[in-house]
Amino acid sequence: MKKILSSVMTLIFALAMVSCGGNANSGAREAQELSGAGATFPLPFYNVVFEEFAQVNGDAVAYGGIGSGGGVRNLRDKIVDFAGSDAFLSEKEMADMNPVIHIPTCMGAVVLAYNLEGVNELKLSGEVIADIFAGEIKMWNDARLAALNPGVTLPAEAIIPVFRSDGSGTTFVFTDYLTKVSPMWASKYGAGKSVNFPSGQAAKGNPGVAGVIKQTKNAIGYVGSEYAFAQKIAYAQIQNQRGEFVEPSSESISAAASGEIPADTRCSITNADAAGAYPISTFTWMIIYKEQNYSDRSKDQAVATLDLLQYILSDEAQHITSEVHYAPLPAKAKELSMTNLKTVTFDGVTILQ
Amino acid sequence: MNDKIYKVILFIAALIMPIVCGGVVYALVTDAYDAFEHFGFFKFLTSSDWSYTEGAEQYGALPFITGTLMTTLLALVFCIPFSLPVALFVGEYFKGTKVAAVLSTVTDLLAGIPSIIYGLWGFYTLRPIIMALNISEQGSGVLTASLVLAIMIIPYAASLSAEFIKMVPNDLKEGAYSLGATRAEVVRKVIFPVAGSGIFSSYVLAIGRALGETMTVTMLIGNTNNIPNSITSTGNSMASIIANQFGEADDLRLSSLIAIGLILFLITAIINMVGKIMIKRARIS
Repeated sequence: MKKILSSVMTLIFALAMVSCGGNANSGAREAQELSGAGATFPLPFYNVVFEEFAQVNGDAVAYGGIGSGGGVRNLRDKIVDFAGSDAFLSEKEMADMNPVIHIPTCMGAVVLAYNLEGVNELKLSGEVIADIFAGEIKMWNDARLAALNPGVTLPAEAIIPVFRSDGSGTTFVFTDYLTKVSPMWASKYGAGKSVNFPSGQAAKGNPGVAGVIKQTKNAIGYVGSEYAFAQKIAYAQIQNQRGEFVEPSSESISAAASGEIPADTRCSITNADAAGAYPISTFTWMIIYKEQNYSDRSKDQAVATLDLLQYILSDEAQHITSEVHYAPLPAKAKELSMTNLKTVTFDGVTILQ
Repeated sequence: MNDKIYKVILFIAALIMPIVCGGVVYALVTDAYDAFEHFGFFKFLTSSDWSYTEGAEQYGALPFITGTLMTTLLALVFCIPFSLPVALFVGEYFKGTKVAAVLSTVTDLLAGIPSIIYGLWGFYTLRPIIMALNISEQGSGVLTASLVLAIMIIPYAASLSAEFIKMVPNDLKEGAYSLGATRAEVVRKVIFPVAGSGIFSSYVLAIGRALGETMTVTMLIGNTNNIPNSITSTGNSMASIIANQFGEADDLRLSSLIAIGLILFLITAIINMVGKIMIKRARIS
């Protein structure tokens, strides 16, 4: 009995030490457990950042990769501290809930991953991608594909498009791009988190799509870049608005965000008109309520949420982005986000000074 | 006094089940109401549109009802040639032997394997084989899902059928033998007619199991929202469309998914009821 008691005491003492020692920046508050849910697209980046954040700040973050739409729904139901989303909320969605702010966390690319034996380099243009996913280009040796890829022997096999079976921010980014580059796509299918692709097969989540492509010869599909890199699946170079064929990389993604960014950071950067820009690039956001006092949350929890976002905007965290094949935010986006964070309140009182 | 407490506890425990079941039905009906009201009950059942376009949303359950029925029936067809011999082996030819005991244990073990394992096996082993044999280009589809489902329901069909085959009275079989019947004739003319409704009911219960299978089907069916136009084409079952889209859905789509859940619940309930009634009849006769 005594032994158990003493070990419990030791444990409590140790925990107290950890929470005191870890809480570097705001001193007084206790370590919090934050919970968020949403996009799987930035998950590889978040996994690293949250771990670092836990070490620096002592707050634990639990993030459920349930898809952008699911994350937003959880935020609307007020059961999470933040939602992760690759698609910014529409005016209609924003009208349905209390005021929120969007904080971009990093930028990423949606890549066209393919499984073609003996083909290491594939070049695609926006219109060709749209026609492939619309089922209008059916064979790999189609004349239009061959014209884009001189010197590459493309097999006389049917193309198997792979897409997302669940609603997804990745789908939104991809179809948003197709809508911009192909009038046919815009009129027939449009952009959205769920789109009725006419041909091919679907799988759940970014990992699911990557898995199917890896296992299926002659398949092509769209996934968050990190998922293609991690599974070592080949991906295509995409022709941007300037006519250059660009590979997804930290630099080419950053180039896509060199244009104007609105004050609330809600903007699409697909098909950007910039030299060296990868055309299917996107911001990914964390969305939080402007008024942080909801669902019995404590002020400490609200402060911890802001600490997390500030940490993500810091150079230290942004530095991680390129290590996991995302791209750091442009200075302008960080600046706007800091301004937006300062408008966040608890019981009507702003939290950050 | 003690007896009274017992009674009360038992009563409460017994009451919980109907309450839970009633609660599930109530929740399904209230949440599905929007979809039925918006599209109309029969229109919802017979429409094959599943389109998300904002403002012009159209949801219909037909592709998924078709997908579920196709995978289930195909699974049943594939399962019979394996489960029936196993049932005869265990229940008649090698009845009471060690071999039979081992075989029936192994078959029952199949029922204990989690469905995700079947799904992974289907995805990484069966699907490449289907592609290599050129049965279908993309590998996923109704056929692939049905094949794995068939393996999953074999234990349910086989062990229950074996029980009914064992129950065929010896007098009848001996009578047939004494008239000079061969073993095959006994199986065909005595065992099947006597145990027939029992065997049938065991397949009905196996169907009930296949109808609601989610994980395996989601991994293998290809998840496209269309009516499968052949057994190798991709589709979606009622369970898999719910698994795929529930996380993201809201408003009308959520209500439509719950409506599909309700329909699945009703179909499964009816099939299980039919199975139970047939078992009862088989036992009485």
